[in-house]
Amino acid sequence: MSDPILPVTRRALLGSSAASVAILTAGEAKAGNVAASAASIRMPVSLTVNGTERLLTLDPRTTLLDALREHLQLTGTKKGCDHGQCGACTVIVNGERINSCLSLAVQHAGDEVTTIEGLGTPDKLHPMQDAFVEHDGYQCGYCTPGQICSSVAMLKEIARGVPSHVTGDLDGEMRATDVEIRERMSGNICRCGAYSNIAAAIADVARG
Amino acid sequence: MRSFTYERAATPQQAARAVGGKPGAKFIAGGTNLLDLMKLEIETPTHLVDVQDLPLGSIEETGEGGLRIGAFVSNTALSAHPRIRRDYAVLTRAIQAGASGQLRNKATTGGNLLQRTRCPYFYDTNMPCNKRSPGSGCAAIGGFSRQLGVVGVSDKCIATYPGDMANALAVLDAVVETVQPDGATRSIPIGAFHRLWGDTPERETALEKGELITGVVLPAPPGGRHFYSKVRDRASYAFALVSVAAVIQPDGSGRVAFGGVAPRPWRSKQADDALPLGAKAVIQQAFADASPRDDNRFKIALAERTLAGILAEVGS
Ligand SMILES: Cc1cc2nc3c(=O)[nH]c(=O)nc-3n(C[C@H](O)[C@H](O)[C@H](O)COP(=O)(O)OP(=O)(O)OC[C@H]3O[C@@H](n4cnc5c(N)ncnc54)[C@H](O)[C@@H]3O)c2cc1C
Ligand code: SF4
Ligand code: FES
Ligand code: FES
Repeated sequence: MSDPILPVTRRALLGSSAASVAILTAGEAKAGNVAASAASIRMPVSLTVNGTERLLTLDPRTTLLDALREHLQLTGTKKGCDHGQCGACTVIVNGERINSCLSLAVQHAGDEVTTIEGLGTPDKLHPMQDAFVEHDGYQCGYCTPGQICSSVAMLKEIARGVPSHVTGDLDGEMRATDVEIRERMSGNICRCGAYSNIAAAIADVARG
Repeated sequence: MRSFTYERAATPQQAARAVGGKPGAKFIAGGTNLLDLMKLEIETPTHLVDVQDLPLGSIEETGEGGLRIGAFVSNTALSAHPRIRRDYAVLTRAIQAGASGQLRNKATTGGNLLQRTRCPYFYDTNMPCNKRSPGSGCAAIGGFSRQLGVVGVSDKCIATYPGDMANALAVLDAVVETVQPDGATRSIPIGAFHRLWGDTPERETALEKGELITGVVLPAPPGGRHFYSKVRDRASYAFALVSVAAVIQPDGSGRVAFGGVAPRPWRSKQADDALPLGAKAVIQQAFADASPRDDNRFKIALAERTLAGILAEVGS
């Protein structure tokens, strides 16, 4: 990565992705297992995920992302960077989009979590999923669940009157213009560069 | 990530006592900076005290016509608050210039103030860094220093405070309110909150062990026109190379703070006083004691041009 603004070094990135590979091939895919030998601390955590209450017993180190993917087998939510830099892990918690990689599952006890699996199903797509298909808003698809969860919650932020970096009049009505959509979606990186089609899909949903 | 235990505190003082009384204990708010650093084992707390259940999640009017912002108010909620947008627009602008929508939803007022530097060597645990590992040296001095500080730095550490929100708080004369483990409270002016760290770069703020930020108080609105200009390597979702927070009055007087250049938001009375004379005069005051490196000398010229852009907008 040549961008000096993002702090994670190439080495750290390689290190952390190697670690996740090791966890996955170990079969027993539990995030907490990495150093569980030291102290096996476990805590009960109850979350409502896509409308269903789920009770888990977790090492407090488990991120919300790992709880979803490794403990609840909801693998639609993706791990890109694991450091808040890509948005692949975006889920909606109590109505707001967040990076599930930078949050501990135990911080979310009692919260309502919506993942891509909860937004729509293959036979009944969410309008945003439909629009991504319609506009070909992806290439490899890895960033797509994050893009879709992020954009659904982003449009609600505009409706609630949350301003953005490109909003001119802070007291005026917030509108989902192309410039606003692009700025507000900057937390979701697409390595395939499908941005123009992603923006078109979101604009379609925003403008009905 | 190292193993830790986790609890949720119910009252501010209980939280302060829980962290104050235990070596290795830390508060966790949004977690967006702390967990990032814990994954890299730059932060290795053995116990986390979660502050989300404390009654610190609202924004209230003060008797003096200002606002008290609870430490747990999210960056999104703060920037969108109607009174902040109307009377303290520089704060809305600064927050919205930082991070991403997802991060701002999770990031809190207290946590944002305490975010740690983005010096690339601080993040690279294979490199010497006096801030991460006191006494080990500073890889940035003589290394790649393009992003690092040009003023207020020391020969032990040339890192910057990287945040945006605090630059706006600096020109708003905000006051940070805290509670200590023994229940004592303190009001710390924002200008004294982040330390010029000198020989002890590991000590970044005025806070003591276990001291909890309960809120940030904004005095009555300063009036004037509010600006936040941030220059970075890409248009969004990147830290500042240089940023300028300014409140300019109709007569040309005002307040100005620079971000991305020093261990804290960089504001001084001399620089404020020079505002009516133009950007060059302000920069001469603000950066009089600068000690830039070849890699980051450009920040001073960039700061001048960024401020000149703001002043041109005022004049037009
Ligand atoms: C990819 C990325 C890009 C970013 N870009 C920007 C940017 O452009 N501009 C910018 O300003 N920021 C940026 N950030 C940083 C972000 O704003 C901070 O991570 C966030 O504000 C921290 O808030 P938090 O509540 O999550 O803090 P936490 O991570 O929970 O805590 C941070 C520190 O504060 C302490 N703490 C928290 N609350 C309290 C309290 N009430 N009292 C005492 N101590 C407390 C914790 O112990 C910890 O040491 C970025 C972050 C990421 C990951
Ligand atoms: S500038 Fe400061 S943070 Fe960066 S390597 Fe030197 S001591 Fe560490
Ligand atoms: S995996 Fe969470 S932001 Fe990249
Ligand atoms: S579609 Fe491949 S990363 Fe976005």
